[in-house]
Amino acid sequence: MDRDHSSIVLSTGVTQRVTPKVVKREYSMLARMLRSALILLPLGFLVVFYVYPLVTIFGVSLAPEGQLDLSGFTRIITGSYYLETLAFTFGQALLSTALTLVFALPSAYVFTRYQFPGKSLLMALATLPFVLPTVVVASAFLALIGPRGLLNQALMSILTLPEPPIQLERTLTLILVVHVFYNYAVALRIIAGFWANQNPRMEEAARVLGADSWQLWWRIRLPILRPAILAASILVFIFTFTSFGVVLILGGPQYATLEVEIYRQATAIFNLPMAAALSLVQIGFMLLLMIVYTRLQRKLSSDLVSSARLAAPVRSWRDRLLVGGTLLFMLLMLFLPLLALVLRSVVALDGTVTLQYFQQLNINARGSVLFVPPINAVGNSLAFALMTTVLSLVLGLVTAYLLSGRLGRFGQWFDPIFMLPLATSAVTLGFGYLIALDEPPLNLRSSPILVPLAHTLVALPFVVRSVLPSLRSLPPNLGEAAQVLGADGWQVFRRIDLPIISRGLLVGATFAFTVSMGEFGATTFLARPDTPTIPVVIFRLLGQPGALNYGQAIAMSVILMLVSAISFISIERLRPAGTREF
Amino acid sequence: MTYLITFSTRRQRSGCFVSPGLECVRKCHQGKMEMDSMKRSLLAVALSLTLALTPVVAQESSSTLTLVTHDSFSASEDVLAAFTAETGITVEILRSGDAGTMLNQSILSKENPLGDVLFGVDNTFLSRALEADLFIPYESPVLENVDEQFQLDAGEFRVTPVDYGDVCLNYDVAYMEANQLALPERLQDLTQPEYAGLLAVQNPATSSPGLAFLMVTIAVFGTEGDYTYLDYWQDLVANDVYIADDWSDAYYNQFSATGNGGNRPLVVSYASSPPAEVFFRDPQPETAPTGSIVADGTCFRQIEFVGILQGTDNLEGAQQWVDFMLGQQFQSDMPLQMFVFPVNADATLPDVFARFAAIPENPVSLPADEIDSNREQWIQEWTETILR
Repeated sequence: MDRDHSSIVLSTGVTQRVTPKVVKREYSMLARMLRSALILLPLGFLVVFYVYPLVTIFGVSLAPEGQLDLSGFTRIITGSYYLETLAFTFGQALLSTALTLVFALPSAYVFTRYQFPGKSLLMALATLPFVLPTVVVASAFLALIGPRGLLNQALMSILTLPEPPIQLERTLTLILVVHVFYNYAVALRIIAGFWANQNPRMEEAARVLGADSWQLWWRIRLPILRPAILAASILVFIFTFTSFGVVLILGGPQYATLEVEIYRQATAIFNLPMAAALSLVQIGFMLLLMIVYTRLQRKLSSDLVSSARLAAPVRSWRDRLLVGGTLLFMLLMLFLPLLALVLRSVVALDGTVTLQYFQQLNINARGSVLFVPPINAVGNSLAFALMTTVLSLVLGLVTAYLLSGRLGRFGQWFDPIFMLPLATSAVTLGFGYLIALDEPPLNLRSSPILVPLAHTLVALPFVVRSVLPSLRSLPPNLGEAAQVLGADGWQVFRRIDLPIISRGLLVGATFAFTVSMGEFGATTFLARPDTPTIPVVIFRLLGQPGALNYGQAIAMSVILMLVSAISFISIERLRPAGTREF
Repeated sequence: MTYLITFSTRRQRSGCFVSPGLECVRKCHQGKMEMDSMKRSLLAVALSLTLALTPVVAQESSSTLTLVTHDSFSASEDVLAAFTAETGITVEILRSGDAGTMLNQSILSKENPLGDVLFGVDNTFLSRALEADLFIPYESPVLENVDEQFQLDAGEFRVTPVDYGDVCLNYDVAYMEANQLALPERLQDLTQPEYAGLLAVQNPATSSPGLAFLMVTIAVFGTEGDYTYLDYWQDLVANDVYIADDWSDAYYNQFSATGNGGNRPLVVSYASSPPAEVFFRDPQPETAPTGSIVADGTCFRQIEFVGILQGTDNLEGAQQWVDFMLGQQFQSDMPLQMFVFPVNADATLPDVFARFAAIPENPVSLPADEIDSNREQWIQEWTETILR
């Protein structure tokens, strides 16, 4: 073995010396051009489909006749209302993020450290909330913990209570609970995906040296997991910061976030200067936050292996308690509301079991020209989601390399910018597309292709955040060693980088897919010929009165869950050989 | 940085010199480098879909007509086919968000319009549309069958009325009977103790029926004097009104008649909702499970208009479409498609509408320009007084 190695080193050393200088320069120029092209790919995408439409709509909004109108900013600063809204938006996002982490971190530990059956199924089910429309989720929680909900009725009859014991309607608590319901899987997947690659040596060493479990967490695990925890936090924070439906429907209209105000100003009141000012405040705030985040995310190399054998069987009572507790939490918090929806889709108004809602989905009772059989909606959704996944994986991978500093140190400056699309309201961007992309060569404003492009913009940060922690933690000397041994760029990527980041990539792919499957806002703001996705069909059905319409909407939501769950499990199966399940 | 430099040197090596060691590494890889077939086929599907969808950029020719409309638009396949058979024109339907979003999009893209005809501007948004000068005037000959009360732009004919719908209180029939509760006859009744905690409404800032109900209270109580609409709303709040975010939330999650755990028997909805509750049940019930209250001064009438967009290259086709929308066939088709009422007096109502829909005799109305110039202020005042 040793002799083999030395002979390779020798031969490559010779090669370098033998190579004529001219050839060398030519190739390095080619490599440089290739690198520039790679860098330009995500940057170009961002400029064309984000910066350009946004600048156009801000221009039209803030300077309609060439005269700059900054009255919106004055109103934001002078009145207390918008500042209070900003404070509430920030506060609830902070609370939601903290709460999500409190639940997700122990679960990530359990998913990384223990072997138990059905892990990928559980993971897939935990991700399902992310695709569900808020009104449907509100219905699910109502069916469960509403005044006449299953849980309340059960508790009332068991404990013979006169009043429903759970009264969460229209409280901040309910907003937080539903935010955890939506975002738990984001934190769980990102942290567990990162953790699974950690070499257990450090922890074993600490244990041998007599560290207790508190010290293990505080001194070893949390510092190691910091990049992943930060990445998950920033995603959850932005998501809850821009929360729209959850706050409005479950919290009630007395709660308002900036996003709600932007929508109101842009559509109901059509005060574009005000909407633009609010959008800019939101984007600016997010930019500030991202700069702080980038600072916090100190470069950290840790000991990574592609297939760490971390998971051990459940043996002691402590193990059972941990695994059981996690499963119980997931059951109560995530699966019961989902189960309530499934039940609702097969129970008729009179309480009998029925499949009529599913059957009715296929019947065009009114002969409407806009009728969509569910199979077509499923097809549209899957097609858009696949395109979004492929596009955001390609762009996200390059972006992650760019941000990791491997393609040049300046790459890190772009880190905050790539997160901004998540913090931009769909209606602002939708209006931007309408007036910016209206002429050849980019006459796309009524093209269905705009849907996956808009979805990719939202999915990109997920892919980047999923891959980047692993990529940054990867010691550069690993790649260098491989090169010394004679591997080329592709081989280093394939053999060194990919096994380490593949789990992050899979997490990113799952979320890209999920974002596209569940996205509704951008999809409706884009003027489009008829290619409705599953969420669009759900909203159409919920927009009309009648028990059959509601039943079909819930049935369609169940189909959405089913298609998503199958897709998640299929994505999980794509993991390269050698990397294990969590 | 080191990564970058070595990146380029590696490239040259694989290009011009293959060392024995590298050959070995390559061979070992071959097996694992094979993408498994599933991955490859997924990629192929995604790529071919991308390619297949790319050329679907809207193409306009004189034989197609693009109708820009909102998400609630619908029509029968055979009715649209009849128009194509009659005129040779294919109608492409472009839907973009709710009525407000659709109108704002059309104003923003005025110089380069999205289509030929715009349908779905209602009287609450009318003056915004007219001020933006979006439309080419056209006086349809079919207008003679349309009552004058609907013709809000008579004389200039920039827009033509197509349908109307009344936003009214709906009630749960079974609940009212079981609790022997009389129906409220005036808005004031809703502030009485017997209706405490029974009503769900929508936020006027985010919902179109919610805005319509706010208009009713403004028209009835006024904005000045001893008891304004805001005083009334404060009494409603004191009587435990539920303010939902949108219609779906109020109707499906709060209204008791939909059987989803809601416990409020009164909700702001449409006068056309009771026939829908009959039509969309299987089997259809003999009596309607819900009813609408159509007493004077409790309903708001929304009228929807169609207009020909400036910049159309198919003016004649657009005019034919406007005539067609006013014609008997389309007008009789509308009720079951969009749950609105026809403005053409000759149109026939579907049976379920004739039996279960009530039409208010004296709905509330406010002048379109008054609505538009005060909308922001009203919503603002309401938000500050009621929600904060």
